[in-house]
Amino acid sequence: MDVGLMQMQRRLAEYTSALFKEGILDSQYVQLQELQDESNPDFVVEVVSLFFTDSEKLLNDLSRDLAQQNVDFKRVDAHVHQLKGSSSSIGAERVKNACIVFRNFCQEKNIPGCLRCLQQIKQEFLLVKSKLETLFKLEQQVVAAGGSIPTSGSLPTVQQPIL
Amino acid sequence: MDAKTGLLGGDGKISLNWREKVLGKIVKIQHRYDHLFGSKKISNALWRKLLYTWVFCATMFSLWIFLYMSSQAIEKRKETLASMCDERAQMLQDQFNVSMNHVQAMSILISTFHHGKSPSAIDQTTFAEYTKRTAFERPLTSGVAYAVRVLHSERAEFEKQQGWPIHRMDTLEQNLVHKDDFDPEVLEPSPIQEEYAPVIFAQDTVSHVVSIDLLSGKEDRENVLRARASGKGVLTAPFRLIKTNRLGVILTFAVYKTDLPSNATPDERIQATAGYIGGIFHIQSLVEKLLQQLASKQNIVLNVLDTTNQSHPISMYGSDEADDALEYVSTLNFGDPFRKHEMRCRFKQKPPWPWLAITTSYGFLVIAMLTGHIFYATVNRIAKVEDDYQKMMELKKQAEAADIAKSQFLATVSHEIRTPMNGVLGMLHMLMHTDLDVTQQDYVRTAQASGKALVSLINEVLDQAKIESGKLELEAVQFDLRAILDDVLSLFSGKSQEKGVELAVFISDQVPEKLIGDPGRFRQIITNLMGNSIKFTEKGHIFVTVHLAQEVMDSLDVETESSSKNNLSGFQVAERRVSWAKFKTFSQHERVCSYPSSTYDLINLIVSVEDTGVGIPFEAQCRVFTPFMQVGPSISRTHGGTGIGLSISKCLVELMNGEVGFVSIPNVGSTFTFTAVFNNGHSNLNEYTCQQMNNQSNSANSEFEGMSALVVDPRSVRAKVSKYHVQRLGIQVEIVSDLNQVLSSLKSRKPRIDMVLIEEEVWNNDSDLSILFVDQLRHIDQKVTPRLFLLAKSISSTRSDNVTCDTHSPAVIMKPLRASMVAACLQRTMGNMGNKGNYRNGEVSRLSLQHLLLGRKILIVDDNKVNLKVAAGALKRYGAELVCVESGKEAISLLTPPHSFYACFMDIQMPGMDGFEATKTIRDVEKSVNRKIQLGEVSAEAHGNVLNWHVPILAMTADVIHATQEECMKCGMDGYVSKPFEAEQLYREVSRFSYSAESRKL
Repeated sequence: MDVGLMQMQRRLAEYTSALFKEGILDSQYVQLQELQDESNPDFVVEVVSLFFTDSEKLLNDLSRDLAQQNVDFKRVDAHVHQLKGSSSSIGAERVKNACIVFRNFCQEKNIPGCLRCLQQIKQEFLLVKSKLETLFKLEQQVVAAGGSIPTSGSLPTVQQPIL
Repeated sequence: MDAKTGLLGGDGKISLNWREKVLGKIVKIQHRYDHLFGSKKISNALWRKLLYTWVFCATMFSLWIFLYMSSQAIEKRKETLASMCDERAQMLQDQFNVSMNHVQAMSILISTFHHGKSPSAIDQTTFAEYTKRTAFERPLTSGVAYAVRVLHSERAEFEKQQGWPIHRMDTLEQNLVHKDDFDPEVLEPSPIQEEYAPVIFAQDTVSHVVSIDLLSGKEDRENVLRARASGKGVLTAPFRLIKTNRLGVILTFAVYKTDLPSNATPDERIQATAGYIGGIFHIQSLVEKLLQQLASKQNIVLNVLDTTNQSHPISMYGSDEADDALEYVSTLNFGDPFRKHEMRCRFKQKPPWPWLAITTSYGFLVIAMLTGHIFYATVNRIAKVEDDYQKMMELKKQAEAADIAKSQFLATVSHEIRTPMNGVLGMLHMLMHTDLDVTQQDYVRTAQASGKALVSLINEVLDQAKIESGKLELEAVQFDLRAILDDVLSLFSGKSQEKGVELAVFISDQVPEKLIGDPGRFRQIITNLMGNSIKFTEKGHIFVTVHLAQEVMDSLDVETESSSKNNLSGFQVAERRVSWAKFKTFSQHERVCSYPSSTYDLINLIVSVEDTGVGIPFEAQCRVFTPFMQVGPSISRTHGGTGIGLSISKCLVELMNGEVGFVSIPNVGSTFTFTAVFNNGHSNLNEYTCQQMNNQSNSANSEFEGMSALVVDPRSVRAKVSKYHVQRLGIQVEIVSDLNQVLSSLKSRKPRIDMVLIEEEVWNNDSDLSILFVDQLRHIDQKVTPRLFLLAKSISSTRSDNVTCDTHSPAVIMKPLRASMVAACLQRTMGNMGNKGNYRNGEVSRLSLQHLLLGRKILIVDDNKVNLKVAAGALKRYGAELVCVESGKEAISLLTPPHSFYACFMDIQMPGMDGFEATKTIRDVEKSVNRKIQLGEVSAEAHGNVLNWHVPILAMTADVIHATQEECMKCGMDGYVSKPFEAEQLYREVSRFSYSAESRKL
């Protein structure tokens, strides 16, 4: 294995662990990675990009809803719940946590709080988006260089003990 | 004593009143206790006032008693004095009167014999003689004398006749002379007077007065004049007597010459006067004489006074020696109205202390003070108790608050710990998949195991907190007991294999397949007991048996099988029956063997977990069920655990209306037994009537239906367990005890034997025989040679098995046996004729999950596209064919029978129609279709040959709370999975419904 690839892999590993350390991602992302195998090689990317488009749409909806005169908190709550669900599914932990706070404000019908949270969610979302995009780029580089991506479920050596 | 009784009566009344008051108060206070505690101070002040009043009253009353009684005593003393005084006065007066009468009588005598006779019949000698002899008649007189009236004209003749001159007395009176010095010769002759009254006769005692002129003495003269004027006896004032010089009184009577009429005038009387008779009274000696006759003279002091002159009473007798102020005066009447006499009496001693009054009043005071003290003490005590009570209440409140706080704290902390623990576990999980060397992997695995242990510990603590706060409630859902035990078994399979301990479960045929109760809690109990067993067991076996209580009771007398030779591993065990010896269920129904109602309504299960571990020391056996109690501190160090599990189990068992008991012999083993009451799952569900209870055996896997198997095992108990598990797959099982018998039965039996399950012990016992057996098996003339399976209990032992890989080398089925796992193993071996040899359990179950889901059409419902995709990705791994929809409505239309979906995973929270609602609708649709099929309105063929439509619906939810789970069950869901899919949970849930799903197909 050439040195460049090694370096790249290390960078990837460091970058990934930094994401976990900062709490941007959580274990759910690992599970997501585990679901990716030969039959479904781009699973993570697919899911994550779906998450991006979905979330962007939701965030737009949220901004629009909150800008209205009579805020329909039920609707807002449903949106936030959606966002929370999808973010927890891909393991975007900070977005998820922000969603939880948002929902509390939503229950209190606290519009300034909601707006503040929305801003935070947007920031977190952008953060996780850029981070993940960078991550994917790194992974692509590694794959292009002929290396394998660690932490994927396809690793043959370690079997997850099911029972 | 009238006063006393009245007093006491009054006291009684007072005390009665008081009692009533106190009682009233107490009742009032009681009342206050019950309702409010604020008025304590008020009542206290009231009490104090009452107490002071009481003390004051009591003191006053006792003072009154004292005064009253002492006044009574004084009164009585006065009375005594009066009566004594009067008595004495009366006596004195009587005696005086007697004397006076006699003197009067003498006056008559004189007038008769001296003046009436001529010459006189009396002379001095006669008179003296007479008076001396009659002196006893006049006890109070010291002497009598008679003086004759002599006019001046007669003086000379009289003097000449008598032979002595008339002497005067006044000089004598003026210079008082003593008795000894008295000399009649010194007396002066009387001066010339108008008339004289010289004494002519005198008693011997007073003979010195003869010739003395009475009229010359001042007192005597007065007396004489008054006596002759009145004709009655008159008295002089007391004066010093001549010669004796003692105090005396002279009584004088006039003697008349003629017998005068009673109404004679004083002048007539004076004219008729012939002489005067006088009696001399020595008051002092007389009174003393008198007093001598009375017994109690010493107590009393007498004073006799002449009070004719009120301002200057003349004392006739007595002295002032008495100290006592108390005095009584009684008047004396000596017959002379001119003279007044009185007697004054006093007690000699001062009045004695009124001891009775003092003691009585003091006694009363003491009693009253004591009562007051008791009262005070009571009040104090009440106040103290009240205080304590309030303190207690406060403490209780605090304790309760602390308890609540503790529970909340526990709940919060455990929740807070669980969240980061998930992160830790996730990271560890991730770490495991990185490039690690063996040591690192070991570390990670240990860390993960510890983390999992921590999470389960937290759950336990949470449970304990819940139980303590009484918040734990059991749910009532339908569940499959066998599946639960399979689950638990799979949990411990790893450990048991590592240790080489045989783990087995046996469930009696009579236990219904479906029960209604709380599967989670039941599982928890079993897990606790088995966990303990496995912790303390290094060799031998752990054997779980489930029977109906009735069944056990019926066989109580018959069953002798658990002798040491005939059990699972051959180790000695603690007698199982002893552990339930104390159960009430058995003692109550001991001889009432039939439970008519229980057969289809209530199912009383008895579950025993028997191990061959270290056992519990006898001294520790009593506190086995106490929370946080372990056999010794070293236990927790060597084996870990909090000691909370058994206490939770006990609580749970009690919640299930059961009992738990155990028997344990150190170094032999322990057997824990518990009973639990469940409802029969079939009794009230008509939908299940088409499914016979004993169908359970062939429900698992239809592909093994009708096959037959031989189990080679010399131990009947173990063979029974093996048989039980294999039978559940619908395979007919026969038991033989050794390999030779296998051959013979293979040859003799017509229906083919599809498989032979050989106990590892038999196989390893004699490897030559085994090889020979394999060899012989090949040559048996049968179309299909039976498959060989080895039932092994530990990984190490299977490794020693080096039989070459061919079709006849036995596949290994790892114990503990579970229907699903056995099925997977059989399937693999039967399907892939010998290509693959030994399977480890983990792979088997993972593959079996794949098997369960492979090619199955599964519907996923989630409004969240990302979640949908992730879930789909997860399930796709197990080879399922997936259909994804984003709303409940779509799901309903897809799941309306007939359809070909194997199962459905549904998100709960969805906009528009949520998971619960969608499931309810689907169940309603299914129900109506089923009814139609049953009634024959619609042919079953048209609905995919399914008699009873019931698509398994699993909820997908992020928050796994019991309440949610309950709600899931309520609206007809079959289970739930937490949203990030977890393989174990997924497998459990899918395998749970897969059997029933299979069984529904025709």
